Amino acid sequence: MTAPKTLYDKIWDAHVAHTSEDGTCLLYIDRHLVHEVTSPQAFEGLRMANRTVRAPEKTIAVPDHNVPTTLDRAKGIDNEESRIQVESLDKNAKDFGIHYYPVSDVRQGIVHIVGPEQGWTLPGMTVVCGDSHTATHGAFGALAHGIGTSEVEHVLATQTLIQKKSKNMKVEITGQLRPGVTAKDITLSVIGETGTAGGTGYVIEYCGQAIRDLSMEGRMTVCNMAIEGGARAGLIAPDEKTFEYCKGRAHAPKGAAWEAALAYWKTLFSDDGAHFDKVVTIKGEDIAPVVTWGTSPEDVLPITASVPAPSDFDGGKVDAVARSLEYMGLNSGTPLSEVEIDTVFIGSCTNGRIEDLRAAAEILKGKKIKDGMRAMVVPGSGLVRAQAEEEGLADIFLEAGFEWRLAGCSMCLAMNPDQLAPGERCAATSNRNFEGRQGRGGRTHLMSPAMAAAAAVTGKLTDVRELI
Amino acid sequence: MDKFEKLSGVAAPMPLINIDTDMIIPKVFLKTIKRSGLGVNLFDEMRYDDDRAEIPDFVLNKAQYRNAEILVAGDNFGCGSSREHAPWAIKDFGIRCIISTSFADIFYNNCFKNGVLPIILPQEQVDALMKDAEKGSNARIEIDLADQTVTSSDGDVYSFEVDAFKKHCLLNGLDDIGLTMEKVGSIDNYEAQLSSERPWV
Ligand code: SF4
Repeated sequence: MTAPKTLYDKIWDAHVAHTSEDGTCLLYIDRHLVHEVTSPQAFEGLRMANRTVRAPEKTIAVPDHNVPTTLDRAKGIDNEESRIQVESLDKNAKDFGIHYYPVSDVRQGIVHIVGPEQGWTLPGMTVVCGDSHTATHGAFGALAHGIGTSEVEHVLATQTLIQKKSKNMKVEITGQLRPGVTAKDITLSVIGETGTAGGTGYVIEYCGQAIRDLSMEGRMTVCNMAIEGGARAGLIAPDEKTFEYCKGRAHAPKGAAWEAALAYWKTLFSDDGAHFDKVVTIKGEDIAPVVTWGTSPEDVLPITASVPAPSDFDGGKVDAVARSLEYMGLNSGTPLSEVEIDTVFIGSCTNGRIEDLRAAAEILKGKKIKDGMRAMVVPGSGLVRAQAEEEGLADIFLEAGFEWRLAGCSMCLAMNPDQLAPGERCAATSNRNFEGRQGRGGRTHLMSPAMAAAAAVTGKLTDVRELI
Repeated sequence: MDKFEKLSGVAAPMPLINIDTDMIIPKVFLKTIKRSGLGVNLFDEMRYDDDRAEIPDFVLNKAQYRNAEILVAGDNFGCGSSREHAPWAIKDFGIRCIISTSFADIFYNNCFKNGVLPIILPQEQVDALMKDAEKGSNARIEIDLADQTVTSSDGDVYSFEVDAFKKHCLLNGLDDIGLTMEKVGSIDNYEAQLSSERPWV
């Protein structure tokens, strides 16, 4: 009998195309996703070396980071550099013959939302993208990691990546979540527990009843932030929900191929007794709705807590906390629920899917946002937007006073005009609260879509449980 | 790619943990379609004020560190976004080596692809080198990749670990893609097998 394997072991073993004496492997890549910011130099490198894309049929490109999300975007991009990047992608996609969803296509959206939506991401695959949040695709039981531009060029040219195997970590969320607690609260709480470097050198497999109970959208939210915990990738074993989600998608297999794929996918789980190098267990019942208070995603506390003091920490974190409280304009001891905000951003590859918009709309139904609040919803893709309109969610947002935008990364990283001004404070459903992330001097508090919607109504960080 | 063999240079101290790639190179500079010219914007928001004047307190603006070739930094350097613009900016500024207790994974890999050597040392040794770096431009730290050693200005020698393949590529300035292309037969075989075993891929 062969030794029990983890899910990661199984996917890894199925993709090794070559092993060198020192254990360095060439890992075969099944899907390569490409966006406009991290790819121009890679395509340029190919051209200079007279190389082609080895597997254009496995390479999918979509512009997302730079694109305007205002309704008039068909008129073009004002910022010259942004425009050049998007035009470069248009040209590279055409020249190298890869699949492409241009800005004008209703299927355009954030790369990590488009991949699963179009059935490109499937269980058991290896997926890479020049973007750290590629971890998102792990929700399907696909080994998905972010890579740098040199590696993008390497995958374009060879359809492989030079890799050494990571260690296995199991993160188990047992039991059930309490009302008002979501996938975002799980993933933030895990990072709060393990720290932003806790996952360095590991691939995390999330499991346990609370994970099984999540929808595919929720699982994507959890895996999306694996990278914020330092992990190389996050994984969730595929199950009936996964198969149901994939079935019938444009690029998912059909007919006999579907049956063959399904039979294989059902073998993708960690065997009993498989070895994990590290195990973290959290009780689902213990997770509260959380927000971040600092400038690192590990700066997480339940909304019922107060702003901490530097002296609550040890080592290098003491200075880091002092610096981040100053940047965030917060005083130790202030209850988080008294922190006033002026901007709300609902969107991103963490929380820009239909379920996220439903959760936010549920809170906003029949309510108005606080006077003077700037609030926007940026759907993760054109198809999410269309579905939300069909379900009447768009009307709820508009009536509440939100802006209803076109798809893109938008204020998640503020490369397009959607930015915070210095000192502005934002309740955001994205994944990073770094200094300047949403605009120079801007202050970001990360939270779930329901919590962000609640904050829009009250004008303060708010415990969503008070509104449900 | 540029080779990295030995380096003797001034080290700039940055005793801050979790220095993320947004700090190293803010996103406004990601709009380029080139790899070069990013050095002037390295640590841009920490380095310049709103009027684009240099902030005198920032370490790389101080006379003794303007030509620093080494950075000594706190835990988890390079976390956050996968942007290779971070090592491009570091290299373009003239820094060839970063010493810390830990690095984020993608950033760590990206460094090797660009002739920049990230060195992981235990906390006490990073603390000692941080103190050494604080002495300014007279204190030169020496790095020897072949021997895998860091030598402080006082002559203390610390050994570091580095993956043999990455070391080999960096010492010889080898291009990964060229090396992989030599194994194209294995990739062809793999693809042939793939089309029978998992044809839906
Ligand atoms: S939404 Fe944000 S995190 Fe996601 S791909 Fe876009 S910029 Fe990156």
